[in-house]
Amino acid sequence: MPKIKSVARSPHVDMTPMVDLFTLLLTFFLLTAVFIPMEPAQITIPVSVSAKAVPDHNIMTLYIAPDKRIFFNYDNGQDTSFHYRIQLLEEMGGRYHINFTPAELKHFSNAGTFGLPMKDIKAWLDTKNAKDAEQLQTGIPMDSLDNQLAWWVRLGRTVNPYAEVAIKADGNVEFPVIKKVLDLVQSNGVNRFDFITTYDKEEVGLKDLPK
Amino acid sequence: MAEIIQEEKRQKGGKKRPRRGVARVDMTPMVDLMALLLTFFMLTTAFNKPKIMVITMPEKDNKPHDQPKIDAKRTLNILLGDSDRVYYYMGIADPNKPLPTLIKTNFSKDGLRRLLLEKNRALFTKIVDYKSARAKGRIVVADTTAENYIKQLKIDDNVGPIVLIKPDVKAKYKDVVATIDEMSICNIASYAIVDLSPTEKDMLKSAPR
Repeated sequence: MPKIKSVARSPHVDMTPMVDLFTLLLTFFLLTAVFIPMEPAQITIPVSVSAKAVPDHNIMTLYIAPDKRIFFNYDNGQDTSFHYRIQLLEEMGGRYHINFTPAELKHFSNAGTFGLPMKDIKAWLDTKNAKDAEQLQTGIPMDSLDNQLAWWVRLGRTVNPYAEVAIKADGNVEFPVIKKVLDLVQSNGVNRFDFITTYDKEEVGLKDLPK
Repeated sequence: MAEIIQEEKRQKGGKKRPRRGVARVDMTPMVDLMALLLTFFMLTTAFNKPKIMVITMPEKDNKPHDQPKIDAKRTLNILLGDSDRVYYYMGIADPNKPLPTLIKTNFSKDGLRRLLLEKNRALFTKIVDYKSARAKGRIVVADTTAENYIKQLKIDDNVGPIVLIKPDVKAKYKDVVATIDEMSICNIASYAIVDLSPTEKDMLKSAPR
């Protein structure tokens, strides 16, 4: 009997389905991607059962780091026609007699979270060195002599009256620090706060009622 | 690479013919690139957005003389100390009368939650009944209507506890959040964050650890 000759084929793997799948996944991630925002300090937020998501716009966030430094973030408005951050910096500059160049304003508009005294803002906006910029982030002063945080909050509300105040504080910070911030925000006419927390579901029903 | 192009064996003296291979595109670099991008997006995407807990603080008035009178029998004071310690007592600590004793509890299911559920039994049962009736389809109303109904139940409640959360100077923020969280879990109608009185500070100091 003659042997059946197996035809020598090139060991070619068809990659097309793989490419299809990858494109699909990639498109999905591209469309749904919400990037993790850069934060100046590691903050471990407490847990709650509240399932309400953080709003994307009209929000100012006060960060309270474990070392009690205070950072501030302010959203730029719903679309490109709003420039809340630029307006805010101009207002603050006017208050502290600092003039900002258009380039600095532009840079600030995209800068994200910051926490530094007004006197350092110009240097922070001008520096190209990330390490130097990091060094300047010493927290926003909020002592009674020069309460810059109060001005950020107040002018933030002037620039965008719909801005809500969210507080993102580290769980291990002592409450009086938070209380001080709350009092400060309340003295600016805001009585509603959002505490930023992580969601953790808790089911409690009638069966949990003590007998 | 995945594709190995075989050399064609040519016989000596044979005619040189142009190879007619299948027009195949090597997809591997594309797959490589896509895997890379995919990994990048997967790692940088924030999947679970943080949530917010909305707190409405009472309006600040600078007139301390007209503080609202609250029913002492319904008042439940929760005192938060350092290193996650929690105490509670009922009523009001009046320095001219014998002081109530602080009872130590914790943030577990059998601690603070059990206490709050016990005190808030009537309102809690009403709200849970209403919610389960909605879930089972016995009551069909819009979400906002249901929310308003529950809000009204909370306003009408006049037997449940009035909880005063009193964090000490050493109390951690996460304990305060956990306590407020218990309020929403147990459907407590009225609660507030209040400062400790000097009497309570002394009570907390002498409390068993």
